[in-house]
Amino acid sequence: MSQFPIGSRATEAMRLSKKQAASAGLYGMMAQFESADALVDAAEVVRDAGYKKFDVYSPFPIHGMDEAMGLGRSLLGWIVLGGGITGVITGVGLQWYAAMYEYPLITAGKPLTGFAALIPFVPVTFELMILFSAFAAVGGMILLNGLPAWYHPTLKRESFARATDDGFFLVIEAADPRFDVDVTKKLLEENGGRAIELLED
Amino acid sequence: MSLPIDTTIDTTTDITAGERAPLVLSGRGYKDVTDKIAGIVENKLPRWWLPAFATAFALSGVCFGMIAYLVATGVGVWGLNHPVGWAWDITNFVFWVGIGHAGTLISAILFLLRQKWRTSINRAAEAMTLFAVCCAGIFPGIHVGRIWRAYYLAPVPNSNGIWPNFRSPLLWDVFAVGSYATVSLLFWYVGLIPDLATMRDRAKTKLRQVIYGFFALGWRGSNRQWRHYEMAYLLLAGLSTPLVLSVHTVVSFDFATSNVPGWHATIFPPYFVAGAVFGGFAMVLNLLIPVRKLFGLHDYITTRHLENMCKVILAMCCILSYAYSMEFFTAWYSGSPFEKFVFFNTRMQGWMAWAFWTMIFCNVVSPQLFWFKRFRTNPYTIFIVALCVNVGMWFERFVIIVSSLSRDFLPSSWDQFHPTWVDVLTFVGSFGVFFTLFLLFIRFVPLVAMSEVKGVIDVKKDEPDELVAATEMQVHR
Repeated sequence: MSQFPIGSRATEAMRLSKKQAASAGLYGMMAQFESADALVDAAEVVRDAGYKKFDVYSPFPIHGMDEAMGLGRSLLGWIVLGGGITGVITGVGLQWYAAMYEYPLITAGKPLTGFAALIPFVPVTFELMILFSAFAAVGGMILLNGLPAWYHPTLKRESFARATDDGFFLVIEAADPRFDVDVTKKLLEENGGRAIELLED
Repeated sequence: MSLPIDTTIDTTTDITAGERAPLVLSGRGYKDVTDKIAGIVENKLPRWWLPAFATAFALSGVCFGMIAYLVATGVGVWGLNHPVGWAWDITNFVFWVGIGHAGTLISAILFLLRQKWRTSINRAAEAMTLFAVCCAGIFPGIHVGRIWRAYYLAPVPNSNGIWPNFRSPLLWDVFAVGSYATVSLLFWYVGLIPDLATMRDRAKTKLRQVIYGFFALGWRGSNRQWRHYEMAYLLLAGLSTPLVLSVHTVVSFDFATSNVPGWHATIFPPYFVAGAVFGGFAMVLNLLIPVRKLFGLHDYITTRHLENMCKVILAMCCILSYAYSMEFFTAWYSGSPFEKFVFFNTRMQGWMAWAFWTMIFCNVVSPQLFWFKRFRTNPYTIFIVALCVNVGMWFERFVIIVSSLSRDFLPSSWDQFHPTWVDVLTFVGSFGVFFTLFLLFIRFVPLVAMSEVKGVIDVKKDEPDELVAATEMQVHR
């Protein structure tokens, strides 16, 4: 077990059963890969081996990785749609209330009632639709990604700094029901994983 | 004319049909990208930075000094009169907000069109957008006269229970520019998150680690994050595209919905948008050509990047020239004596003719050089033409605004406009604000989108090209 360069707590955890391992402070197992292509291949193997709680880390988004990991389409579009609809309702509501209901003001002899009266409200409604959608896109992305998360087990490892530079990593969580220190390590090793480490939670 | 860089290396503009030029030269790999771009922020201050920053900062002081003088004294310190109630203030506003458009075009529209070359320049261009919109925001804010009443622009009823007029394009402008500034900031920040994480992970001091780490939000580049991130980026690009077109459309409505001769034209929205992109790309080139040289970014911002931008400028020049001629045609064809007078008398001849012909030379004549490859691949000629275009675009707005106002329907109310020293120094000072912000940006933020460049670094895997092959070897070594 001495090949794992990690604190004593985790080393001890490896001798325990899966459930005990999770509670003893083991987050998972991290392996490094040569290239983006190698990472995609490894993700496919890990997916096919039945693992669910795993993730890959790369300095840029890799095309085809979502399928390789068995992930569907992001739900963000629906959140943005909600933002856009809210923006339209806000825009029409605000202008209807201010300029047709609360303080009706005839400008350039244009109609004050009926559908035609709404036409001058198009630009502001449009801008608010875009504004609210953009907030939904950014806020939704941050929420779906669980950010801000200034602590994460991976960020503790110095070698992991390469994930935002030129490194490609795959991490299988100890919480995955299939996680087993020896079996998982073998799987990663056989598929090109190098510098395999255990991560403390 | 000789090129200042070795053409034997940069052959990105010498490709034959069906071939694709590499986006990054000299076989740079992922690590090279990080080291180079992050290095600009991490290494010692270059010697030119501090003097440049001091100059820009002093100039921005001039701008704020002039604003203080204006607020303390009143709008009479400007050269405005009756009938010329809008002059340099609104000219500067339209000029700056137009410049912003190139940044959004590069970051959003070229993204949707899958123009991968945008990755090297989008970060800096988006930053330029933000800073230009900041400068633009100054002018309508201060031209309201009683600046302490500027909150009348906001959609709240004033003390008499009167709401702003939602049927006025001036209020549409508040919403359009406000949304544009906000969405541009969000888009820029989302693009920055992965690069801020890179800066965090490379930080040598605790302070840098904490500051970059705070803004990186704990980004770790996991694919479960990239999945939502890429979707957010795509959606923001899709939202910014109609937004940017709407902003200058609404700006043009400020003029087009009035019945002032020379303003009352349906061609204004597309004409203004094309002009904005035209002027904005010129500003991108004016900023990036020196930055590229000072930081040695020739491997990332290749001659092809410059050439592509020149081609966009040329295309926009054609649209603009068409719009200019169509304005004259419409004036003639309308049969309206007022319209005809503004175009054929006030603009082409008379006291403002010099401004009109400056505009024509800068916007219509000078970009014609870009039909020739040797001019659009030479950074020096590109820089000069881009400078011309910036001058020309300022004059375009000046000509449109002042000529129409100074000679409208009643000859008895005609007057001329003369700028005062306050007008001039406020405008000059706004460049100080712009460059102060831009210099801070290139010092503290990675000025090329590293994660995006890494994503396109080996896009041409299957294409046989010596340079590509070299890149390949480097990347996969």
